[in-house]
Amino acid sequence: MKNIIDIEIVVPNQTRYLGMIGKIGENLVRELDRFKGDRETLANHLNVVLTEGVVNAIKHANAADPDKDIRIHISASDQDICIKVYDCGKGFDLTTVPEPCFEADRLGEKGRGIFIIRSLMDSVEYKKTNSGNILEMKKKLG
Amino acid sequence: MQLKIETNRAVKIIYVKEERLDAHNSDELKAELNSLFENGMKDLLVDLKEVRFIDSSGLGVLVSGFKNASARQGSFKLSGLQSQVKSMFELTRLHRVFDIFQTVDDALESY
Repeated sequence: MKNIIDIEIVVPNQTRYLGMIGKIGENLVRELDRFKGDRETLANHLNVVLTEGVVNAIKHANAADPDKDIRIHISASDQDICIKVYDCGKGFDLTTVPEPCFEADRLGEKGRGIFIIRSLMDSVEYKKTNSGNILEMKKKLG
Repeated sequence: MQLKIETNRAVKIIYVKEERLDAHNSDELKAELNSLFENGMKDLLVDLKEVRFIDSSGLGVLVSGFKNASARQGSFKLSGLQSQVKSMFELTRLHRVFDIFQTVDDALESY
């Protein structure tokens, strides 16, 4: 029986939609019938990485231009979840985002978003293509 | 953003009456905290009992409040963290920075 769920979301480049997008991620976890792990934790983690990924695209890649769009694609199966956040801005270089140094700069007000995504997902990539940029976040469920 | 603010002796208690504290509304909390500091308050307690979700922007605003209070020789304490909010503090090691209490009453006893 086919069991892959694909969800495509397009919203304006504005933070007001974060709650709705996070909730879609949480609701998706409820449909993963064969997932044996902690469902509530996974739902929260998807909410978190969707929020962080979309905020990153809104503020950094799309330079907070409210007339641009953010596109999100979520693909889920029993084996894994793949989230792609597309932006059409100038993008950024994921490899230059430093790991926060908790001891030296534990009171920094920014710079935790990518760290949080990296902590909660198995792989994180940022790809630049001719039609825009893609933040790709994957998590194995098996 | 829905906030309720009470005063208990010299402590200002800020109840965040939102399900989410994120990049969409955290600047409003920051503005309120800054306003309290500018009006001479230096001991702040933020209750997050109703907050089910926090992101890095929400955490950043709380760190900003902590630094602001410390610079004024004051205090910045937290109460009522739900489990998923608490896990974000642990993930980012911020649970070692803040004084965190179960309830507002517990926090008030610590002053």
